[in-house]
Amino acid sequence: MTSVPVTAQLAGKAAARRAGRRGGRGLGVARRPGARTYVVLTLVLLVSLYPLYYSFLLASADAPYIAQHPLPGLIPQGRFLENVRRVLESGIPFWKALANSTFVSAVSAVSVVFFATLAGFAFSKLRFRGKRGLLVVVVATMALPSQLGVIPLFIVMARLGWSGHLIAVIVPALVSAFGVFWMTQYLDAALPSELIDAARVDGASLARTFWSVALPTARPAAAMLALFNFIGHWTSFFWPFIILDPRNPVLPTALQTLQASYFKDYSLVMAGVIMTTIPLLLLFVVAGKQLVAGIMAGAVKG
Amino acid sequence: MSTARTAGLAPVAPSPAQPRPTRRERAGKLDAAVSPYLYVAPFFLLFALIGLFPLLYTAFVSVHQWHTIGGEGAFVGLKNFADVLHQRFFWVGLRNTVSIFLLSSVPQVITAIFVAAILNANLRTKTFWRMGVLFPYVIAPVAISLIFGRMSAQEYGLVNYVLGNVGIAPVGWHSEPFAAHVAIASMINFRWTGYSALIFLAAMQAIPTELYEAAIVDGASRWRQFWSVTVPQLRPTIILIIIVSTIGGLQVFDEPLLYDQEGYGGNDRQWMTVTMYIYELGWGNQHNFGRAAAAAWLLFLVVVVLALANFAITRRIASADSGPRRKRVP
Repeated sequence: MTSVPVTAQLAGKAAARRAGRRGGRGLGVARRPGARTYVVLTLVLLVSLYPLYYSFLLASADAPYIAQHPLPGLIPQGRFLENVRRVLESGIPFWKALANSTFVSAVSAVSVVFFATLAGFAFSKLRFRGKRGLLVVVVATMALPSQLGVIPLFIVMARLGWSGHLIAVIVPALVSAFGVFWMTQYLDAALPSELIDAARVDGASLARTFWSVALPTARPAAAMLALFNFIGHWTSFFWPFIILDPRNPVLPTALQTLQASYFKDYSLVMAGVIMTTIPLLLLFVVAGKQLVAGIMAGAVKG
Repeated sequence: MSTARTAGLAPVAPSPAQPRPTRRERAGKLDAAVSPYLYVAPFFLLFALIGLFPLLYTAFVSVHQWHTIGGEGAFVGLKNFADVLHQRFFWVGLRNTVSIFLLSSVPQVITAIFVAAILNANLRTKTFWRMGVLFPYVIAPVAISLIFGRMSAQEYGLVNYVLGNVGIAPVGWHSEPFAAHVAIASMINFRWTGYSALIFLAAMQAIPTELYEAAIVDGASRWRQFWSVTVPQLRPTIILIIIVSTIGGLQVFDEPLLYDQEGYGGNDRQWMTVTMYIYELGWGNQHNFGRAAAAAWLLFLVVVVLALANFAITRRIASADSGPRRKRVP
């Protein structure tokens, strides 16, 4: 579901690699910037953090407070846990949605990484007829808007009897063209062909070579791919909204039901927003650095 | 031998002294010939099922009468396309989509370049600031839509309250089409500007130092260096981001759908996008998959045309930058 024109993508990667070798920006700019720069950055940071904090402020208040304070005070009101309890009792299957989201995102991350590394290994290091053509197909699919195929996909899922079931969300998430492209690029640069030849001379089968040589080398890129994929599916809404039932939701569709049923109850809806976001906040704290590195190495939004 | 050369690895050279390949060598050759296909097969099989087939099938559905629940009907040629093109809401949706797209792509690229330029300074705690701008990326678009929808409520909303305090009349963030587009574009910009800034930052760090040195020798100010060295050097990245945001931006759905409780894009569909319209055709009152598929193809054409147009425009702008300084787009 990612779209990337290749040439520019390549430029980005090469660029990122060169960037790694260089320190500052060179002559006359290596000195530390003044206070003004930090003031601007702090403003940017506040813009970036405030909306979620605002929703936490509403989630910790009650209706009269919200009605009286369009601009909520910066200190939370202390009703957050009560509002969380109200979400859990609202009839929205929150725990089920949490379990579903976790399951879909985790299965997708593992599967995408495995199949992408396997295909990336073949595309970058093995020779076979039709390789070039197949790689072009992979790249072309990245540029196709996913919405285009949504109607037939729905028809297929309905025929298979999968509508409303989690499997209808999981199966389309098992592979990713971007993943294949990303791992091909990475292994091409990171895995020395001599290493594979050596393994082959020692009599290792290709499968064995993949498992003991390619897979360990691919680890850093695989971790980034897994992360972006996990976040992508955790936050994705369109397809689950179409195919899933409100009784068997993922978190984003549960949030939509919550809003549709309790629109005027802002503290309740915002508590739901915070509850759906907390897991990714934790992920961000643990792996934010890797996300930054991944984007700067050429992972592209999608 | 020829199999070994075209398929598989650099052949594990059998020594010419050996008269016949051993069983193990033959197995190895078979392995090298067949395995690559096995490795790429899972991707292509699944992709054929969930990507390629639906794409082609959309074309088939679009030329048939097709009820969402009733299923396939008669062949109707291009009637579905004609029907969609005659519906007022398709054009309203197209206007809204393009408007939201322009409001989210152009300001986002400009802001992201400036944020990247700041991040490119020799900062203390670099990683902290970089993570800071990326933060909104981990919030789901549906959540962002709920937050921004509340902030821009027309009465008792934060934005209008703050505007009121500085003497500006309340804005109809939901009732006015353009204001609603601005609000929705802001949600997209909020989530993606930091992300784009990091992509620009990586590109900036790859600009050869010599270019700046030469500019400094020529007496260029920092501002001039930025416009005459940094921006032109970012050209491929600008093109990349514009193309990606064209493909993504024209399919925008989550943010406008949750911008109010009903999810139709407002009373007069003032913020309904084409993808919302496709959803409505297929799964809303009309239950018409034929028309929905036709609308999906029309959207695809719009995406292709605009992506190509953007590519051409960005190329011109970015290459003209080395000349006398251009006026900045607001």
